[in-house]
Amino acid sequence: MKLVRVILALGAIGVALVPLTGATFYIQLVSKIMILAIFAMSLDLLVGCAGLVSLGHAAFFGVAGYTLALLSPKYQAASIWLTLPAVLLMSAALASLIGTLVLRTSGVYFIMVTLAFGQMLYYLFHDTKLGGGSDGIYLYFKPELKIAGAKLLDLERPFHFFYFVFGIMLGVYFLLRRTFASPFGHALAGLRVNQQRMRSLGFPPLPYKLGAFVLAGTLAGLAGYLSACQFGFVNPEILSWHYSATVLMMLILGGVGRLYGAILGAFAYVLLQELMGSQALLGAAAKHWQLGMGAVIVLIVLLLPNGLGGIFDSLARIRVAQPQG
Amino acid sequence: MSERGLRAVGLTKVFGGLTAVSDVSIELTRGVLHAVIGPNGAGKTTLINMLSGDLAPTSGIFHFNGRDIFGYSSDLRSQFGIGRTYQKINIFPSFTALENCRLAAQSREPHPLSLLRGTGAYPSLTREAERALAAVGLEQRAQAIAGTLSHGEQRQLDIAMSLATRPQVLLLDEPLSGMGAEESVKMVRLLRELAKAHAVLLVEHDMDAVFALAEVLTVMVDGCVLQSGTQEQIRASAEVQRAYLGSVEEHRG
Repeated sequence: MKLVRVILALGAIGVALVPLTGATFYIQLVSKIMILAIFAMSLDLLVGCAGLVSLGHAAFFGVAGYTLALLSPKYQAASIWLTLPAVLLMSAALASLIGTLVLRTSGVYFIMVTLAFGQMLYYLFHDTKLGGGSDGIYLYFKPELKIAGAKLLDLERPFHFFYFVFGIMLGVYFLLRRTFASPFGHALAGLRVNQQRMRSLGFPPLPYKLGAFVLAGTLAGLAGYLSACQFGFVNPEILSWHYSATVLMMLILGGVGRLYGAILGAFAYVLLQELMGSQALLGAAAKHWQLGMGAVIVLIVLLLPNGLGGIFDSLARIRVAQPQG
Repeated sequence: MSERGLRAVGLTKVFGGLTAVSDVSIELTRGVLHAVIGPNGAGKTTLINMLSGDLAPTSGIFHFNGRDIFGYSSDLRSQFGIGRTYQKINIFPSFTALENCRLAAQSREPHPLSLLRGTGAYPSLTREAERALAAVGLEQRAQAIAGTLSHGEQRQLDIAMSLATRPQVLLLDEPLSGMGAEESVKMVRLLRELAKAHAVLLVEHDMDAVFALAEVLTVMVDGCVLQSGTQEQIRASAEVQRAYLGSVEEHRG
């Protein structure tokens, strides 16, 4: 077994044990991180596999949150059975629409057009009454998962919510890992590296890229659904380009194109943010957490050009060099 | 006139004020290796790019197996059976040789909902890839990472990738460039083999190889066809001697 896999498995077990501490603050913090990890992994399919750098990925995250909030009845809990598929369908439909338009461009133009679509949706929710304007919408009751009247999961309880998110994160990780290694993933990688050659081999780029865009948008929607569940609140900020940039930063921090890098990046980013913003540790400087955060990120990117996941690559190399005779 | 193969008539490409290719006609049929020679800047690569669909011609006629394919993109032309290689080696260096060919074969057999299975889960793709590797003599190197292959092997792999798409026409842009003597001999043998079952267009500067292989030659100068004909006709042409081959002969002397 490869060393990297052992470390990842140990890491996953470590995360799974967090709720045993019983500290609600940490359970909720790690839940939030895992949701961001799902979000960052969905972006890795675009950036790492297909080479499409999007600055509008939060659009799918945000619209999914709003869709859940708008679908939920005001005075009772919504059903996960109904709302989750509806939100995923909505995200997929939105991604198909936006993808069809933006994938006609490439490179820096792609970045600008995704940014433009993201901002369009931001202002749609910010400036109209559709989703409560800049105040957003509250979700007073979290969705329920019921079978024949029996509650399977109570998302109000941090413990249940944690494992719900943990399971979904692992599911998304394995789904995307298969996707990266599938013929579809190889075709995307080929298009990233050398589109001209792929075309001359008979691959039309658009269907492949659109497939990736829709899958990535749908999974970002899944993360947005979970996030709206956790905070019981949506506002236009979750659609803004700042948020798209934040998730891109997590991905770069953790290392692009290796999936677990997205998870590492989400953990590193949020924990760093907590650290830099801790008044107990840093006193008044904590108010300016972004300054310290920026400096650390610049340092990491300078020292580890492949992100935190790059450390794992060197570990893997050490291991591979030994036993194979 | 044969309806099989690729037939282009009156191809012209104008870049701004520069006419890169002017009124070139060419016909490629199965079993014939057609070489295009000419000095640098003669428009040979522009011609290949137009035939493969990488570049849209300003004007001209394209027929492939009797079908008008003018304006078809390179991915569609590849689907019809026009394969090519580039002057620069175009392989995916981080994949193994087999994966490179499997990727190519996959374009003929897309599995749209194949997200959940590994690339090895499709035996027909693997078989196709192995066949292509065997055709170029790389079967022993199937598991090697493409980027670690020698220059000559990478050229062979590049051709194998095209073969994995089962083309009828092969457009090869300087497959011998940068090769050592031994590698060249191997490649010439491979091209001769390929010419039996494909229509091959070869752009090449290595005149020994061209005259060893080509049945038909087209000599281009400044974007125009100077002369086109069988090898004997080209060799005998005083015009070609003056414009092009003469200088080569002098180098040899």
